[in-house]
Amino acid sequence: MSWEPVIGLEIHVQLKTRTKMFCRCELGFGDPENTRTCPVCLSHPGTLPVPNAKAIEWTVKLGLALGCEIAPHAVFHRKNYFYPDLPKGYQISQYDQPLCTNGRFLVPGPDGDAYVGIVRAHLEEDAAKNVHVGGAAGRISGADRTLVDFNRGGTPLVEIVTRPDLRSAEDARIFLQLLRQTVVELGISDAEMEKGSLRFDVNVSVRPEGSSELRTRTELKNMNSFAFAARGIAREIGRQIEIYEKGGEVDQETLHFDPTREDAPPLRSKEEAQDYRYFPEPDLVPLAPARDLVERARAELPELPGQRIRRLERDYALPFYDAEVLSGLPALAALFERTVAAGGDAKATSNLVMNQIVAAGVDPAVVDGLELAKLVEARGRIPRAALDEAIAASGTPGFRADDYTADTAITDAEELRPVVERILEGNPSQVEAYRGGKTGLLGFFVGQVMRELGGKANPKVVNELLREQLGL
Amino acid sequence: MAITRDEVLHVARLARLALTDAEIERLQGELSAILDAVGKVAELDLSDVPPTSHPLDVVNVLGEDEPRPSLPVGDALANAPSREGGFFRVPAA
Repeated sequence: MSWEPVIGLEIHVQLKTRTKMFCRCELGFGDPENTRTCPVCLSHPGTLPVPNAKAIEWTVKLGLALGCEIAPHAVFHRKNYFYPDLPKGYQISQYDQPLCTNGRFLVPGPDGDAYVGIVRAHLEEDAAKNVHVGGAAGRISGADRTLVDFNRGGTPLVEIVTRPDLRSAEDARIFLQLLRQTVVELGISDAEMEKGSLRFDVNVSVRPEGSSELRTRTELKNMNSFAFAARGIAREIGRQIEIYEKGGEVDQETLHFDPTREDAPPLRSKEEAQDYRYFPEPDLVPLAPARDLVERARAELPELPGQRIRRLERDYALPFYDAEVLSGLPALAALFERTVAAGGDAKATSNLVMNQIVAAGVDPAVVDGLELAKLVEARGRIPRAALDEAIAASGTPGFRADDYTADTAITDAEELRPVVERILEGNPSQVEAYRGGKTGLLGFFVGQVMRELGGKANPKVVNELLREQLGL
Repeated sequence: MAITRDEVLHVARLARLALTDAEIERLQGELSAILDAVGKVAELDLSDVPPTSHPLDVVNVLGEDEPRPSLPVGDALANAPSREGGFFRVPAA
């Protein structure tokens, strides 16, 4: 029998507002512990929460980017449980009236479009950070005490829940990367897994191919990288298939991958599990996002990464792989488009931008598309070394492709040497900076020599001379 | 609506309350009485009445995203039964 994986994700994204969700303590990362707290986020009696207007605006924006409906009326609920990172004894979250519901997120692939259903995206407050000390280093089991830092407590956190629409570990990886890129480009989160500003759990089950049943799922928690998650999912799929093929049953269970970074209350027993006794937060009035503001936010949404991949493929007849790589860095995609607009052949430009510009470490944002188009055009008839030098210099101010593509170039080192020496003498501070490690200035010197000679020099020889004179 | 002894124990466990037998019995009666009182509402036809999540007819009470000073760490920890450096210290969780 062949088996089909069924994968759903639950993603937490910390918003990078200046202040917390329900108080105005300033957010930072790496501040000394408990220096970003106040009576509200420490849950002193008598304090009242005030929702952060920016966090709500951004959640609406994200909801729109996820293709969600924005609720005309949304409510915060209390989710009750005891854990030291949650001083109130409840988390303010959303339950049956979340801000965003019922979305659809485009995930382009080499074989066509896929859409991942979004059940909901809601806003809540992050818990504080627990540090488990003593016993086996950093592990929960065996620790003899727990230290709590409330700086993170109360950070605005969006929880996104997908439908079980993903069918492979690779699908999940692509979806997560697109989602991450989306929140980064919306400017609402750093979404850095190492800093914990993007975290996700994965639900995995398998079923016979062609069936539509949903079998028992296991939950993989605390994934700390996309690659790690993809491996973990693939392994879990294999494990479940093996159990079924031996006639066994999969148990519903939670597999913790990084036990030092637990984010959810541990389930102490089956009967307490999921019994959070949600009820409407009496300290907060409902949210009613104004329709005109929602429509304006919709109109102001930037092009999303998934749409950009499709557009690059369609408008420039690029292979999926090229479109995906270019789209992965908006500045790279923009350089590609500038260069093609200036006359560069699309596929040749794509190759040059994806491979050589990236490999040379040139900042695509500062490269002139017209000059790069000239290089694309000349790439076949100038020496490879000259092309490489030109690419390396393409990000320097005043870069001219003609300086590298001229066919009457001077190649005699003895003729070029005095010019090189003059340029170095005339730019002592750059020489010093270069020797101090700013080797990217090589392109600047090449450019100066070329300008002096009206572009009539072989860049490879100029480069060799420069390196020789600079003593490297 | 009669609340069972097990239901009282379940709710008590969730709230981390240790109850004596006498308290369990008393709470069975009191919780039943509360539910019966609330249950009166269920006798009405409320199919077209939206649930009230807040008694005030007000929405969107929000604060601007402008930082205000936090507490000095010494003040933040002043009421902590136990601390370690700048941390609150609690029994191993």
